[in-house]
Amino acid sequence: MVFVSPLIALVLTLLAGVVLFSVMGVNPQAALYAFFIEPLTSKYGWGELGVKATPLILIGVALSIGFRSGVWNIGAEGQLTLGAICGGGIALLFYDTEAFFVLPLMVVCGILGGMLWAAIPAWLRTSFNANEILTSLMLTYVATLLLSLLVHGPWRDPDGFNFPESRIFSDSATLPIILSGTRLHMGWVFALAFVAAAWVMLARTIIGFQVKVVGEAPAAARYAGFSVNKMIWFSLLLGGGAAGLAGLVEVSGPIGQLLPTVSPGYGFTAIIVAFVGRLHPVGVLFAGLLMALSYLGGESAQISMNLPLAVTGVFQGLLLFFLLGCDVLIQYRVVTRTLISKRAH
Amino acid sequence: MTRSFPGVLANDKISFTIAPGEIHALLGENGAGKSTLVKMIYGILKPDAGEIRWNGEVVDIPNPAYARSLGIAMVFQHFSLFDSLSVLENIVLGIDSRDTSNLRSQIAEISERYGLSLDPDRHVYTLSVGERQRIEIIRCLLQNPKLLVMDEPTSVLTPQEVEKLFQTLQRLAQEGLSILYISHKLNEIKTLCQRATILREGRVVDAVKIESETVSSLASKMMGKELVESASSTVSTTGDVRMRIDNLSLPAKDEFGIPLREISMEVRAGEILGIAGVAGNGQDELLEAISGELLSNRPEDISISGKHCGQMNPNQRRMLGLASIPEERLGHGSVPGMSLEENGLLTAFMRLGLLSQGFIKTEACKEFTRKVIQRFEVKATDVKSPAVSLSGGNLQKFIVGREITQSPELLVVSQPTWGVDAGATQIIREGLRDMARKGAAVVVISQDLDELVQISDRLGAICGGAVSQFYPTESLSIEEIGLLMAGAKLDLENQNVA
Repeated sequence: MVFVSPLIALVLTLLAGVVLFSVMGVNPQAALYAFFIEPLTSKYGWGELGVKATPLILIGVALSIGFRSGVWNIGAEGQLTLGAICGGGIALLFYDTEAFFVLPLMVVCGILGGMLWAAIPAWLRTSFNANEILTSLMLTYVATLLLSLLVHGPWRDPDGFNFPESRIFSDSATLPIILSGTRLHMGWVFALAFVAAAWVMLARTIIGFQVKVVGEAPAAARYAGFSVNKMIWFSLLLGGGAAGLAGLVEVSGPIGQLLPTVSPGYGFTAIIVAFVGRLHPVGVLFAGLLMALSYLGGESAQISMNLPLAVTGVFQGLLLFFLLGCDVLIQYRVVTRTLISKRAH
Repeated sequence: MTRSFPGVLANDKISFTIAPGEIHALLGENGAGKSTLVKMIYGILKPDAGEIRWNGEVVDIPNPAYARSLGIAMVFQHFSLFDSLSVLENIVLGIDSRDTSNLRSQIAEISERYGLSLDPDRHVYTLSVGERQRIEIIRCLLQNPKLLVMDEPTSVLTPQEVEKLFQTLQRLAQEGLSILYISHKLNEIKTLCQRATILREGRVVDAVKIESETVSSLASKMMGKELVESASSTVSTTGDVRMRIDNLSLPAKDEFGIPLREISMEVRAGEILGIAGVAGNGQDELLEAISGELLSNRPEDISISGKHCGQMNPNQRRMLGLASIPEERLGHGSVPGMSLEENGLLTAFMRLGLLSQGFIKTEACKEFTRKVIQRFEVKATDVKSPAVSLSGGNLQKFIVGREITQSPELLVVSQPTWGVDAGATQIIREGLRDMARKGAAVVVISQDLDELVQISDRLGAICGGAVSQFYPTESLSIEEIGLLMAGAKLDLENQNVA
């Protein structure tokens, strides 16, 4: 039933979409076609799917490992932003240098930046028992403001007519394209490798075993000698590192420079991705592709049908809503008060 | 009454009657179907077939609220009380009636009448388990019940508290209340009840008058075979000190926890040391302090085989030869949703070397699990069965077996046979005794006095986080153990108190 739930949720989302479009006075068939099918009618479209899915999968896989161990890192968006800042900072620092080391250094710094940002909630949680949901979420706003400050100030492109944007990264600071005619870049390979590594880790190693035990039965984990605090650090650093890599991948891939906003909420959407993917790396791969399609569909529906871009958010929200609803209603039954009193007599 | 669950017929055409003023025993081992039957009477479960007649009329009891409105009340084995609320507040929360204006005087009246002394303004966390049980009983009596169902009420009480409870129950029965008393403790049933309905494997095997039965005839009817009393394990010679605890004190984990107070004890190779005590007197804390789940302040607080280990983590202590078994099987001793194989890995990976470079050796893990299943007669379909799918007794056999199969030199176990049927109990106790015979030191923390008297060589008690002195088991009477459990000091040498 665990795996049926996302499928039922998807069908319900589509049905709700039909109702929604009908109420808006839009032909639902055409709208759904524009949203879900049209983006995938070209090679470029498939490439774009990979581009959008890359950060979602990277973050989604890491978050699902954290969620399984009972660590609720909600601030991946901020960690992504820090990854973009630190990795992008290297690109700007070596702007004039044509060298092979620039990109690997950016990757490392992006990961470290994300980890650094996630280390704050980890430290607060393990030292003061501060709830990581709140701290990681609030740090997201700090991170986006920090990025905004940098691109409005010191990192603004000197030849950029005062637009709040950095210089465009040099070639040696840009991720190579792996499918010609599209924007699909090396990041996609990182994402697939991460899925495989996470799968092996969860299924075969003692670390994966610890993740599952700590999440399912904290007392049994202490009994087995697994440290809950170490797991908090591990989960948050993994999530932060993956989100940082995702941020770096975005700025050195499709964006190619630092902007005040580098993500359309990938860090938040990845939470939905993790749950739709049933907190399993392979599930997250498919869920990431589905969510990526919702971004593409929103743009496509805006272009061909004149529908507002908010449709993307609506579909993402509907999917999570129906998924949570399905999970509950598959396990429980609704009993009304009148039914209870009737049965009593 | 008949009720089946997927794969089991829990109750197969069970019939019995209970008269006003009667104390009727429902006797059977764990898994015999007592709880299922009682849940149908109290409206928690629906019967597949059969009927309940209440004062001669057929009734359909769809939920507990309706059961209470008929006059059926129930005291559960596990209390549903809020620790941080007062007695009065807990009682208000638990009753159906909205009118609570003269509750205080009603409570006072009932307390006095039945010898259930209780201060309505005390907070629950300050009360002993016996006092908590009184809240539950008073909560039931406030509804003027005609039938009181009590599910294993004495499993958490000291012998003295049991005696008090029995006086209350007898008083209630004299006033015409019917009491359905569920237990597998034969001595209690012999002293308290008039009639017994004996269940085995979901069927009524006999309905008897207690006065014409002996404890052993009841036992053989309950188990379907003669009870073999296994001999006590008195060891002639004991070996070296395996574990020494030296003046161990630990503050409570939280406001409802029990601090450990100046505990000193030692246990030698080849002996079984028993620690009696009423639930919630620091047993969990003591076990966790020994296992390494709680670290003590000084390394020398605890030594295993001569090595100071007060600040070692659980796996470092396992490497010194320690194995521990916590009281709570699901969620502490095992991960409910995980397979037996994974639960085998849980504690054995260090000592048995089930890892290579951080990867799990799946085959070795399976083999170890199979060995445990086979040696301890665990009824499970295979190593992939999740822990939660096993019955309590089977899971306990698996957990005890998992620890014993790692051949530890020191085993500390809490409540080894709690809620376990007689067959499994025997296998588990035999396993513990066998370990001691082979030269391991065994510490058994238990609330079951019969068990402790039967298997331990030396016996003491824990009360309020302090551990008493230990005495040779055969030198203690049940009353003396009761005193130790209540925190009193024994004066065995009859020394003069000036």
